[in-house]
Amino acid sequence: MARKLPARDVAIVGLGWTGSILANELTDAGLNVVAIERGPWRDTATHYAPNYAQDELRYRIRHELFLRPAQTTFTFRNKHGDTALPIRTWGAFMPPNGVGGGGVHWNAETWRFLPSDFVLRTHLTQRYGAPFLPADMTIQDWGVTYADLEPHYDRFEYLCGTCGTAGNLQGKIQAGGNPFEGPRSRPYPNPAQQQPFGPTLFAKAARELGYQPFPQPSGNMSQPYRNPLGVRLGPCTYCGFCEWFACANYSKASPQTTILPVLMPKRNFQLRDNSEVTRINLDPSGKRATGVTFVDTSGTEWEQPAELVILAAYTIFNVQLMLLSKVGRPYDPQSNQGVVGRNFTHQTISDCTSFFDRSKFVFNPFVSSGAIGMCIDEFNGDNFDHGPHGFVGGGYMGQVQTNGRPIETTPVPPETPKWGAEWKRAVRDNYQSTLKPGTGVHGSMYSYRDVYVDLDPTFRDRLGRPLARITMDFHDNELKQNRFLTDKFAEIFQQAGAQRVVKEYRQGPYDITKYQTTHLCGGAVMGNDPKTSALNRYLQSWDVPNLFVMGATAFPQNAGYNPTGTVGALAYWSAAAIRSQYLKNPGPLVHA
Amino acid sequence: MTLRRRDLLTGTAIALVGNRLAGAEVIAGKLPWTPDAGTPPTPVKPGPWEYFTAAEGSMVEALVDRIIPPDPQTPGGKDAGCAVFIDRQLAGGYGHHEGLYNLPPFHDGSIQQGPQSAKGPAETYRAALAALDRYCRSQTGNDAGKGFVQLAAERQDEILRGLESGKIKLEGVDGEKYFKQLLEDTQQGFFADPIYGGNRDMCAWKMIGFPGARYDYRDWVTRHNERYPHPPVSIAGRPAWTPGKG
Amino acid sequence: MPETVSRLVAAAVAGLLATACAARLAAADNLASEQDFGLIERGRYLTTVADCAACHTDPASNDLFAGGRPIETPFGKVVSPNITPDLETGIGTWTDAQFDAAVRQGRDPDGARLYPAMPFPYYARMTAEDVRAIRAYLRTVAPVHHPVESNQLPFPYDIRAGMALWDALYFEPGTFKPDPHKSAQWNRGAYLVRGPGHCGACHTPKSVLGGDEKHQALQGYSIQGWFAPNITNDLALGLGRWSVQDVQTYLKSGHNRFAGASGPMAEEVADSSSRMSDADLQSIAVYLKDQPGEKTSAKPLAASDPQMVAGAAIYSDLCSACHAQDGSGVAYLVPNLSLASSVSSREPTSLLRVVIHGARTVGTPTEPTAPAMPAFGWQLTDAQIAAVTTYVRNSWGHAAPALSASDVHKRRSLDSGG
Repeated sequence: MARKLPARDVAIVGLGWTGSILANELTDAGLNVVAIERGPWRDTATHYAPNYAQDELRYRIRHELFLRPAQTTFTFRNKHGDTALPIRTWGAFMPPNGVGGGGVHWNAETWRFLPSDFVLRTHLTQRYGAPFLPADMTIQDWGVTYADLEPHYDRFEYLCGTCGTAGNLQGKIQAGGNPFEGPRSRPYPNPAQQQPFGPTLFAKAARELGYQPFPQPSGNMSQPYRNPLGVRLGPCTYCGFCEWFACANYSKASPQTTILPVLMPKRNFQLRDNSEVTRINLDPSGKRATGVTFVDTSGTEWEQPAELVILAAYTIFNVQLMLLSKVGRPYDPQSNQGVVGRNFTHQTISDCTSFFDRSKFVFNPFVSSGAIGMCIDEFNGDNFDHGPHGFVGGGYMGQVQTNGRPIETTPVPPETPKWGAEWKRAVRDNYQSTLKPGTGVHGSMYSYRDVYVDLDPTFRDRLGRPLARITMDFHDNELKQNRFLTDKFAEIFQQAGAQRVVKEYRQGPYDITKYQTTHLCGGAVMGNDPKTSALNRYLQSWDVPNLFVMGATAFPQNAGYNPTGTVGALAYWSAAAIRSQYLKNPGPLVHA
Repeated sequence: MTLRRRDLLTGTAIALVGNRLAGAEVIAGKLPWTPDAGTPPTPVKPGPWEYFTAAEGSMVEALVDRIIPPDPQTPGGKDAGCAVFIDRQLAGGYGHHEGLYNLPPFHDGSIQQGPQSAKGPAETYRAALAALDRYCRSQTGNDAGKGFVQLAAERQDEILRGLESGKIKLEGVDGEKYFKQLLEDTQQGFFADPIYGGNRDMCAWKMIGFPGARYDYRDWVTRHNERYPHPPVSIAGRPAWTPGKG
Repeated sequence: MPETVSRLVAAAVAGLLATACAARLAAADNLASEQDFGLIERGRYLTTVADCAACHTDPASNDLFAGGRPIETPFGKVVSPNITPDLETGIGTWTDAQFDAAVRQGRDPDGARLYPAMPFPYYARMTAEDVRAIRAYLRTVAPVHHPVESNQLPFPYDIRAGMALWDALYFEPGTFKPDPHKSAQWNRGAYLVRGPGHCGACHTPKSVLGGDEKHQALQGYSIQGWFAPNITNDLALGLGRWSVQDVQTYLKSGHNRFAGASGPMAEEVADSSSRMSDADLQSIAVYLKDQPGEKTSAKPLAASDPQMVAGAAIYSDLCSACHAQDGSGVAYLVPNLSLASSVSSREPTSLLRVVIHGARTVGTPTEPTAPAMPAFGWQLTDAQIAAVTTYVRNSWGHAAPALSASDVHKRRSLDSGG
């Protein structure tokens, strides 16, 4: 029997980016908020400092900052009929853990999606006709437009101090920026970061080929910054320990460096760390959340009553909590009915490794930041005519080399033996003269009827709850897209003077052991129709109106960009709707 | 050069970590902080094997020295400390799947579904090293009865190639899988911070020109195509940190 | 006039109550002040300026002004008394005159001398009106029943009679006398610094008996394991390179473009100066910037000194990530070591402490970030800490005595209670 805690106005599950944004917005609105976080309290200097944060074995290889699979994991299979098996050690993606969530160990690549991404089905159907889309592709419009989200993108970028060069200011195309982006109401809060040799060389080659390269928008600071909450960040020192690591010198945007110093001292805010929410509690009607139940490290179960429940955990954990708590109808791929677990996606990425003449090129790959790099966007979304190519979707591509850490980044030509004297020589000879982006081609993954999340019938977590089960495989559309993009990408390195460019296409089947970003999306998507979406356009559950679900969970399909910019914008968008509409009249904000 | 292990073991830092793990907390009204806060790493202790038997230790030294052979500029796996690294890793959490999902049932699945073994690396090493030794000693001809350690380098390489390709089968152990693991562990030991026992004197970092645990390259971002001149630094420092030794 | 009236009223009320005890008398004695909102509000502000809560509130209990906080003195611990209006355990029975005597003369109601942990030598400069305002405010706070045994000093310091000698040596009674040659703003600053603000209590060097070395006013002193730096206008060691605005911003927010407050100063900023008016903070800044410091003409250690060589290597590898290669830091976030007086002060207490154990700066409404310095004590040997601190003490214009491994060792032992 759970012990009951005093009621709060709001219970937030998870204190990462979205949890922090919602907590700060709702405490500003005068509400009494508790955030319940599965992992520990984390802070700069206390838990990561510049005298030990740069430890590749500890953080990159042994995954110290991430959720431990022993705490909970997922099961995975490629196809509906297969038996799913548990992910015993992380591979394809890295579920975050602890205060700050993924904001602690992300690269801080802070993109906006294209205006057409938000009305994807409408846009593609209008341009190419419905038959152009694969029959089992379940892409749909978001129910929210780029114009709706623009002010909220802006808020998130100014919170983070995003560094970049605007490409479209109020409809006017700007030199040096991304000419394909949607119109921005004002420039980035900070100028773009300086670029090392590799990205500079890539950009020059891209220009020679007629592309319009631009610096990747970055949450690693190009200069000291004070955000609108008064919180300060320092300048990035290009240490090359960004993604997988926590920033030790206050120079990467994270909840710790942008919000928590303001949020934590508030009298109407409380954090419970090391406490795992096990379910959302519903009243007997099943239409109203009464709070959440969580378990602390001693195993004691607590009930936290609340008027409003916000799910702000990692994508798939939001979906799992909804399934476990019986919020919304679970998705059934056979009947194509139900919404919770539907339209689950990841990212379609690939790389090229480019070997240059070692007598002429020294790249110092260790001089880098998480979001450094020069990119082109000519082949993203629907920025080009897909008609001749027989696929939809696309991605940005760029020389986005985030590190020269030697366990991870010691590229050798593919025919080199994997060990022995020849391997050793090749490692030595190629380290300084090879370009190997972390994620060179960053392509979209659209949604399909047979890619989804449900509860595993066999495997359970340490608390006895069924694990979430991922059923996912690549579809031809994405593999074609990736071939096309990777070929274009390789041409740029050839133009840059590489002696040899090795293309590493993304190939099926989807492999849970190979890292391919942590951008899991969907599973409880937003939309205008409760038959095909779990959330309305304000991220409010159609079924339980006092439950809001943050994060990439709501993406109906994934675009060719990193998701955090859009995740942050949606959080502010939802928070604004709660503040301006829901609190005045608690109930459904959209009537189906 | 050495970290103050005594401080690490007795210091407040460790006590704090212990407290953190002890239980959930309510944090309100403040940004928590205490003096000596931190979660610094624990450097390995030099000295005898912690996991391997003496025989296993010499076998792994021989193995890592073929995976990364010495050359005139850079030590091989043995002198770089890769065997010590693996020993200390196997003795620690890595050796027994600490933190990983280890609940049954255990079934083999597709490659895409990832490793499904109930056995941790420590157990695997023990079984694989014994099986490899048995394999070597069971050969006939000139090398009849010799263990892996006694074999000539060329013959050792031949055996490793056999394991790698799957041509040599070990009794009771998947030799191909084990070799992959050994390869990974050895190379990690070679390139990880020297506090973990490998990469002795930062030899691997010097070999490729990686400056190690530095944290400030502001002056170098726009110095294109120019070799970075400063020596590597470990979390334990470098010789120049000690007065009179620079 | 009002005071007279209040006394008359008190007498009349007392006369009416046949069973009136002394406590009731005393309470009635203060009735008028409790009715005066302006006086109470001024008292609240002055209580903040004087930072009474810092000592008279136990952070563990959080009962405002209920005392019980142990205070380190050179002679041992004293425990702050309860100054809530509680009749039994607080000061509810005290008359205004008794309160004034305690605050400005260091005498308790029995006439016994208080230990100078209570900074009455500073409060003595306050006007009677200001003390009465504080008293008026303190009468309005919630009474807390909390008995406190203040005197826990070991023999012979527990003999309060000894304080007579102390008072004779160090205590100069008398309210603040404005300097007619200085501006009103300067004089306001002087009043706040020398009076209620009691800056010298930490920042002025002390004799072995804990009395102020008056000829070295505000030139820095080690206290509670920290060094309260020189806050005169001394160019090398003090505020010489800060503008009036820099000083004001620091006191208001705990940060400015050069420095951030940590340790006891962080508490001071959080509880006191961040809540003071901009005008008062500016006055303090104007006054401090007009205080001459000591004249120093030390030369920095040669860059070739082995400690400097090792220190430069450590600095470049470890410290530059935040403080930058040239020591300039990041304005309002990372202290500028070239302008931080705690770096080059004679006593390296704070410097060593911060390097060994780390420190968190204060977060305030204007500067909420509260950045922290990580601990390096686990990583660096005594000799290495000595080298890197010696390096920063002799770089970028600083010149200060080198530190040795045994200095570091001593600091570690002191901090671990050894």
